[in-house]
Amino acid sequence: MSADSKVSTQAVAPIHPSSANRKPSDKEKSWEENTLRPTLAKNPERQAEFTTVSAYPIQRLYTPADLSGWDADRDLGHPGEPPYTRGIHSTMHRGRLWTMRQFAGFGAAEDTNQRFRYLLSQGQTGLSTAFDLPTLMGYDSDHPLSEGEVGKCGVAISSLADMEVLFDKIPLANVTTSMTINSPAAVIWAMYLAVAEKQGADWKKISGTLQNDILKEYIAQKEYIYPPEPSMRLVIDTFEFGVKNTPKFNTISISGYHIREAGSTAIQELAFTLRDGLEYVEWGMRRGLDVDEFVPQLSFFFNAHNDFFEEIAKYRAARRIWHKAMVERYKSQNPRSWALRFHTQTAGCSLTAQQPYNNVVRTAIQALAAVLGGTQSLHTNSLDEAWALPTEFAATIALRTQQIIAHETGVANTVDALGGSYFVETLTNEVERGAWDYIEKIDALGGMVAAIERGYPQREISEASYRYQMEVDKKEKIIVGVNDFVTKEKPLETLQIDETVAARQAERLSKLRAERSSGEVARRLSALRKAAQGTENLMPYLFDAVKSYATLGEICDAMREVFGTYEEIAIT
Amino acid sequence: MPEKKIRVLIAKPGLDGHDRGAKIIARALRDAGMEVIYTGLRQTPEMIASAAVQEDVDVIGLSILSGAHNTLCPQLMSLLHDKGMDDVTVVLGGIIPEADIPALKKVGIAEIFLPGTSTQDIVQFIHKRLTH
Repeated sequence: MSADSKVSTQAVAPIHPSSANRKPSDKEKSWEENTLRPTLAKNPERQAEFTTVSAYPIQRLYTPADLSGWDADRDLGHPGEPPYTRGIHSTMHRGRLWTMRQFAGFGAAEDTNQRFRYLLSQGQTGLSTAFDLPTLMGYDSDHPLSEGEVGKCGVAISSLADMEVLFDKIPLANVTTSMTINSPAAVIWAMYLAVAEKQGADWKKISGTLQNDILKEYIAQKEYIYPPEPSMRLVIDTFEFGVKNTPKFNTISISGYHIREAGSTAIQELAFTLRDGLEYVEWGMRRGLDVDEFVPQLSFFFNAHNDFFEEIAKYRAARRIWHKAMVERYKSQNPRSWALRFHTQTAGCSLTAQQPYNNVVRTAIQALAAVLGGTQSLHTNSLDEAWALPTEFAATIALRTQQIIAHETGVANTVDALGGSYFVETLTNEVERGAWDYIEKIDALGGMVAAIERGYPQREISEASYRYQMEVDKKEKIIVGVNDFVTKEKPLETLQIDETVAARQAERLSKLRAERSSGEVARRLSALRKAAQGTENLMPYLFDAVKSYATLGEICDAMREVFGTYEEIAIT
Repeated sequence: MPEKKIRVLIAKPGLDGHDRGAKIIARALRDAGMEVIYTGLRQTPEMIASAAVQEDVDVIGLSILSGAHNTLCPQLMSLLHDKGMDDVTVVLGGIIPEADIPALKKVGIAEIFLPGTSTQDIVQFIHKRLTH
């Protein structure tokens, strides 16, 4: 059955179901009566209701009547100026293209180092590191729980020695690096800064992004170690350290990506991410940091899902909300705190195992939404996303997709090409309103940490995710190649992770433990433990510990002893 | 007398926390009238085998997206065998390369559900398997 054949039984949509305040012009009323009505009488529409991938209703036509009270100067403004609806720079992608930053990591450090150098040689403009699950969970490669996971979902990093290999012959003074790590983010950052120092790179000049967003771990991705309170302390420690030592480094990437991948709607992704952002700002202020000193180092990370206009509206609304919150809630005086900068990754969860070459098309359209939404950097997923980590072939097409958008389509020639569209402006307003409703609900629960402890965002996402799956199962939402347009096909060739990685890592670790000064390691770990019991900033202690070649697992264990670990209440 | 409900343990072994699939399946099986126990995250094969014995389940549904299936599945199957749980039906869902499927079936995984499988297909598989 094709997508078209199931519709004739559906009821006719009302002429215009939106709000009662809508005051269409005489011309519009006459069009409804004389042109639209006869058409609908003769040819009913394909569906009774049209909705986005997030189940948000979309109307037939948007006109000036949908934007009554909307003021172009106030609500749209100009690029590089509040409320930043049109983008955070006055020339946007005309001035500088977005950073093409492909997320990569697998195997041992030397394997990923090779992929990094390949990507840079192919015109990629920034690095982005994927770590394996043991590293993300603060275990060394030779820990019993690491069995079967070493080097699988990313690169295995157990000590500064591995980090030195990872960035071998990559000048950290010139290349910006993003590191997707959360619970042990402060430790991995200390390793990165140690490598930069060894290379002679000036900390004041190096730039990059630490994901470091623990709140979305509790909400969505679930790679947490410690309870919220000490986890938030570690995050604020990195903010404080960053303000003083690495002013160009983004100390956090407040992430909606994983919230969306967990099954949220676009509005939930936007709302929970921005409310997480406000939570970090509030914890930073409580530490005594000046908003306008640390907020400019906070960055964001959003998903680019299939629903083209909903995504564009989401990015535009994000900037407007952040500006309003900074100015009104926190009385920020610094424009650098007002402008929401973000990275985008196309939606992994939208890609299919079936007919995987179709994923190139999905990714291209999603990437286009991110670009039209004014992203600062972008990762495009590879066609084999639903099968494995990408082969070099698949990763290259993903990068080429961005280069085609940048250099061939012309969309980077003008700023906010869709600004002023009745539809896009209305949707931006509606998405913004929906997000504020959630933000206010979470405020009323006592903030994001309190909301997480009650399972509020987790439950909202779970509901949305189940609803979507039911829509797909009932074919109310069509996924090409999955529940319609199905064909038989040959299996795809995928990347095989070298099974010797775990053994190589174990060998390297035992050599490291034998060669380093165990007295020095013990002293520095004990200093860290003691500091963790107090309230001092832990970054200097972490830096000392990694430089003695204490392992990631040893350092995280020292903090586990003091902080304890977190168990969630599973919601199904 | 009402028919005995099918008891299912949904488990997420390994270090991965991506539980969207596990939670959807848990809810779909429950909506289909089964008794579902969800283990929560980061369960070792030992923990899963013990829970299966304790809860006396008919089916174990594993969700693995991290690539650790070749290590975790054989471990679980051998633990289940040691505990005399050979009749329990073990199914697996997640990111599983097709090349790995024959070996997983050989160690006793009854079925592997790849991305895109509908929840009804999984419900039907379990019903069919347990009524035979």
